[in-house]
Amino acid sequence: MIRLTGIDKSFGPVRANRGASLDVAAGEIHALVGENGAGKSTLMRILSGMFQPDAGRIEVNDRDVTGWHTADAIAAGVGMVHQHFMLVPTLTVTENVTLGAEVRRGMRLDRLRAEGEMRALMQRTGLEVPTTRRVADLTVGEAQRVEILKTLYRGARVLILDEPTAVLSPPEVSELWRVLRRLRDEGGTIVLITHKLDEVMAISDTITVMRQGETVGRLKTAETSPQEIAREMVGRDVTLATAQAGGSSVQRSTAPTSSGLLDVRDLRVASARRDNAVDGISFAVAPGEIFGIAGVEGNGQTELIEAIAGIRQVTSGSILLDGQDITRTTVRQRGDLGLSHIPEDRHERGLILEYSIADNLILGQQHHFTKKLGALDGEHVATNARDMIAKYDIRPADPALPARALSGGNQQKIVIAREMGGGGAREFRVLLAAQPTRGVDVGAIEFIHAQLRAARAAGKAVLLVSADLTEVLALSDRIGVMYGGRIVTTIAGAQASAEKLGPYMTGAAAA
Amino acid sequence: MNRAKLEEALLPPVVALLVAVIVGDVLIISFGQSPAAVYRQLLEGTWGNAYGLGQVLYKATTLTFTGLSVAYALRAGLFNIGAESQLAAGGFAAAFVGLALPAGIPALIVLPVYVLAAGLAGGIVGGIPGALKAKFGAHEVITTIMLNFIVLALLNYLISARFKVHDTLHTAEIRSGALPRLADFSGPFHGSAANLVLLLALVLAAVVWWFLFRTRPGFELRAVGLQPEAAEYGGVSVGGVWWRAMAVSGAIAGIGGLNYVLGYKHYYEEGFGAGAGFLGIAVALVGRNHPVGVVIAAILFGTLSQGGLAVNALVPKQMVDVLQAVVIIAMATAVPEVRRALLSVRGAGRGARGAKPPQDARVPLPASRVPRVPQ
Repeated sequence: MIRLTGIDKSFGPVRANRGASLDVAAGEIHALVGENGAGKSTLMRILSGMFQPDAGRIEVNDRDVTGWHTADAIAAGVGMVHQHFMLVPTLTVTENVTLGAEVRRGMRLDRLRAEGEMRALMQRTGLEVPTTRRVADLTVGEAQRVEILKTLYRGARVLILDEPTAVLSPPEVSELWRVLRRLRDEGGTIVLITHKLDEVMAISDTITVMRQGETVGRLKTAETSPQEIAREMVGRDVTLATAQAGGSSVQRSTAPTSSGLLDVRDLRVASARRDNAVDGISFAVAPGEIFGIAGVEGNGQTELIEAIAGIRQVTSGSILLDGQDITRTTVRQRGDLGLSHIPEDRHERGLILEYSIADNLILGQQHHFTKKLGALDGEHVATNARDMIAKYDIRPADPALPARALSGGNQQKIVIAREMGGGGAREFRVLLAAQPTRGVDVGAIEFIHAQLRAARAAGKAVLLVSADLTEVLALSDRIGVMYGGRIVTTIAGAQASAEKLGPYMTGAAAA
Repeated sequence: MNRAKLEEALLPPVVALLVAVIVGDVLIISFGQSPAAVYRQLLEGTWGNAYGLGQVLYKATTLTFTGLSVAYALRAGLFNIGAESQLAAGGFAAAFVGLALPAGIPALIVLPVYVLAAGLAGGIVGGIPGALKAKFGAHEVITTIMLNFIVLALLNYLISARFKVHDTLHTAEIRSGALPRLADFSGPFHGSAANLVLLLALVLAAVVWWFLFRTRPGFELRAVGLQPEAAEYGGVSVGGVWWRAMAVSGAIAGIGGLNYVLGYKHYYEEGFGAGAGFLGIAVALVGRNHPVGVVIAAILFGTLSQGGLAVNALVPKQMVDVLQAVVIIAMATAVPEVRRALLSVRGAGRGARGAKPPQDARVPLPASRVPRVPQ
């Protein structure tokens, strides 16, 4: 039904697709998997008409449609749901869905008929959203349903979803799977872009694996295993975090919960939108412990981490590092006291993309690399860079390259090396790790997890925040679930599971 | 600097100049002249004789100061449109000090006093928008533009009410510290305004380069300019960098006032800057915010300014203004720092996060650096 062959696409010197291909049969759920940067999104944007391929052929329903544009694709029933929502927050659900395809009567909008059409569509697909509510007031899961409805409203029979579960809680994910199966059973075709193997196994019928812009494998879900898919994705054998979740291979300390190395007491923090983004949180992380925070994004995790790191002001409460109150100290003072921080967004905070690897390796420690008159000690910066690049295997190993030029995994290694490597004569005692493996390849995930475990073994206190529940489950000694700015429950890592945590993550269960 | 980096730095200004030349050709032809003749005249009137060269150097000196001023602020992510009034304030402060000093002190001894006075005055005029930005998030483009009106009007008032020599728009001459002109060393420069403040401009360019690229505060300033969130994460006080950068930027422009007051006329005159502050924006853009680039661009724009006078017989000298404007527009379109500074209406370090581009569109990787898994 859909056939892409020999697709080439370059952006400047970057070859996003090189001879990539894809075959999707009508009425199936097809998973397009690969690591970040493998060219999945690019290929699908070519299919949906957003990009034009440099070479290759696109066929839909045996018709050559190479080089078509978005409008042609929509007319032919091919629609894409993007990773980042493209909705107008101040408009209602119906207004958003019909935007650009408004139901008119003369010059005026026919709201009644639009509402009626919406209800019919929702009934048919099982996608329920309150139609008269403003999009700004919806949950993330609801907003995503609006995106899907928008695409279906325009008559899409082929639905392309780009990493749709990144922002969903486990119950919302199961709900999405239910909807996708229903769409398929009614004759729809679905292409799902993802790099999460459990999703692939749970929902897809067939799989296409991409690596470095090329299509490297086609598999039938029923006849394969996560290990095999991972091998195709990376090109070698890897250890999967899922294999260890809840297993006995992880040694968990039974650390005491009082007298932590990091101690947070009744902390309240405001965000731009909410006065109580963090709403009275207390916990302690002991030396040699990984305390994981699970939860759907946007429940105060970012504000909590930023407050502890010293980037965001605290409304009330206190933060103690090894018994010392650091609530009012600066970022620099906290760093010198042994607080390290892997920030959740390395492109915005963790790295200065235009700066060289060497310069990024001293960010936050620049005062330890200074000579007389405030001059930077170039030699010290250079030796530090050489050491860190070797120790953490940062590639390419050229300290003068800008951070921008590195892959996600290697960029994150710069952050890890800087925060955990002990450069600038700074030994960390407490580590804040926010989304430490977001957007990095499977190989780097392995490496980063090993680093976190090594930190625990060395008696450091680690506070791990991750939207990836598998990761939290695999690493944490104790797990706190954040919902609405509070930790609603704390469970020992060995006893935790996705099923147990799920109800707390959606606020359905309270402690 | 490797080849790719050099290309990235040089390509936009070269293209901007090419566009300007094309527009210039059209204008010249529309005036019924031959482009070749006009450009020859332009070069002969500037680099073709010592007087013309002296005038070019004089203009380039002021432009180096204002260009460095704008470039310095842009490195911190700030767009200083106030160099015009900062320059004037510096010039006035120098004249004010010069009138108060006893006569006959050697120039070398009083020079630091003048630099301090001019820098302080420019620094205050620049520091106010910086502090407003750091404290309240007021956009520096708006505040510096508005402050131009206030400061220039205030200076005009002071001159006409208190300091002017009868029937003129300038103060009396300073009593000591006047610096020699180039003509004092070499006869052919006679009549031209070029003077030893030229050396001060070059020294300052070197100091700014060293500060920006070789010191810790410079490292932090550039970090704030590129990614304020990352700088904040790295323990840098973003608001602190903002107001200090604006104050220093203002001070650099202020010291530029010495070129006129110490080196040329030896008094402050209303409107002596003649747009050099605004032209400093173009100098910074064409110079890619690099001190070396700024010096080269200042010479280029100095040549154009003086060249406008030289070709006045063939085409209206405003043609050169048009060319300068074309260069500015072309550069402003091409230079990312400017776009960033103009787009940043964010408050002091916090506020709503802007929309982010999709992840794979954000960091294009060269083909040779396609992500690879460590073996």
